[in-house]
Amino acid sequence: MGNVVVIGAGVAGLEVAGQLALSGYKVTVAEKGDKIGGNLSNWHHLFPNRRNGDEVLNYLKKLVNKSDITILTGTEISNLSRKDGKIHLSFSKGDKLEADAVVIATGFDLFDSRQKEEYGYGLYDNVISSADLERMYKNGEVRMTNWKIPEKVGFIHCVGSRDEKIGNLYCSKLCCVTAVKQAIEICEKIKNVKAFCFYMDMRMSGAFYEELYREAQEKYGISFIRGKVSEISENIKGRLVVKAEDTLAGRPLKMELDMVVLMAGIEMSKSGEYLADNSSLRRGGNRFFLPVDNHFGNNVSNMKGVFYAGCCVAPMNITESISHARAAVNEVINYLRNLS
Amino acid sequence: MERFGYTLSKPRVIDYDTNNKCIAEFIASHEPTFNLCIECGGCAATCTAGNFTSFSLREINILLKRGENNTPREKIRRCMMCGKCILVCPRGVNTRNVIVLAREAFLKFDGNERL
Repeated sequence: MGNVVVIGAGVAGLEVAGQLALSGYKVTVAEKGDKIGGNLSNWHHLFPNRRNGDEVLNYLKKLVNKSDITILTGTEISNLSRKDGKIHLSFSKGDKLEADAVVIATGFDLFDSRQKEEYGYGLYDNVISSADLERMYKNGEVRMTNWKIPEKVGFIHCVGSRDEKIGNLYCSKLCCVTAVKQAIEICEKIKNVKAFCFYMDMRMSGAFYEELYREAQEKYGISFIRGKVSEISENIKGRLVVKAEDTLAGRPLKMELDMVVLMAGIEMSKSGEYLADNSSLRRGGNRFFLPVDNHFGNNVSNMKGVFYAGCCVAPMNITESISHARAAVNEVINYLRNLS
Repeated sequence: MERFGYTLSKPRVIDYDTNNKCIAEFIASHEPTFNLCIECGGCAATCTAGNFTSFSLREINILLKRGENNTPREKIRRCMMCGKCILVCPRGVNTRNVIVLAREAFLKFDGNERL
């Protein structure tokens, strides 16, 4: 047996901790925030089946509610090093910890949409991010800043993804389906609302995503316009004007909207970057942690005894994060078994 | 002979194997980012020329790549070289240079790129 430290108490971290404890290991979870759940706790409903996010959160909370699991909130790990077969962890606050194995599950941060200045996030009223909309859904009401209910809402895909200009070449993979889900939900919440998705490519790559897309078209009449939005401005009436080329019609298009939702991409978390660079853990060109093998060692880091779980290696949905976490557990168990 | 006014319609298909792609090849060899275009239309959305004339760099890109050179040969002159498209392009295509090179290529091949 042995003791394992898990860094991060999001979906992947909690799943790793819970599964390891089920197999009889002592686990410590270090979470930099003041509560567990990570990004999941900011999400109201989940794609594609629109399950309440709290259901998944409660499953995870129950899973880690064991005597063998210690959860340290408000604890950021600043450095990892390996010495005499043990992994030594340093806390930002100065404390230290020793472990037989470490699982990094530092997850992702949402792209800060203010970087795409041409979209006016933080400049114009009613340009919000996907996370902001999710917060509104959680609070039960979607309102503009003047407290009116929006009648025409646009969803802009690929904000901070597939964009050389802000240095993210990769596809964040979850935003397309999130846009479809959120567009459907806005149609359900607001009677006679008109919803538009501006996309470059619709990447409906997961199970039941394409079905959700069909439902959005067929049942809710959501319009999909193929063209990257070049800029958003506010007109004299205070409405938002979106400019794109309708590439399928082959003509420039402009549209007035009450509210624009930016589908923020997924980036390596700041705390993950900090940890990686302080500990000589390899990172890929996408800034995420780089496992030793894309197929057979996707949970394995370049430091012996240190493993990865979830979004800290690439954008993943919750299903994938949980699978990846379970695979990490398998790696940890095999590693510790070979030690003894 | 009685003439009834019937004519043969020209086929609309892009005859990919016969079309001459020398303009696109010339551009790509001097400006490899030309090949990165994913036809998102960001350039065309921000384009001043495109808002008043039927000019779309996205359209020109794809037509040149298919060897459909006749439309681009005419339209490429409408660009005012302001370069806003470079600022928008998510793929980092050097759009302004693509235009410069396309114009150069049309002069260089001097009509020989026609079918």
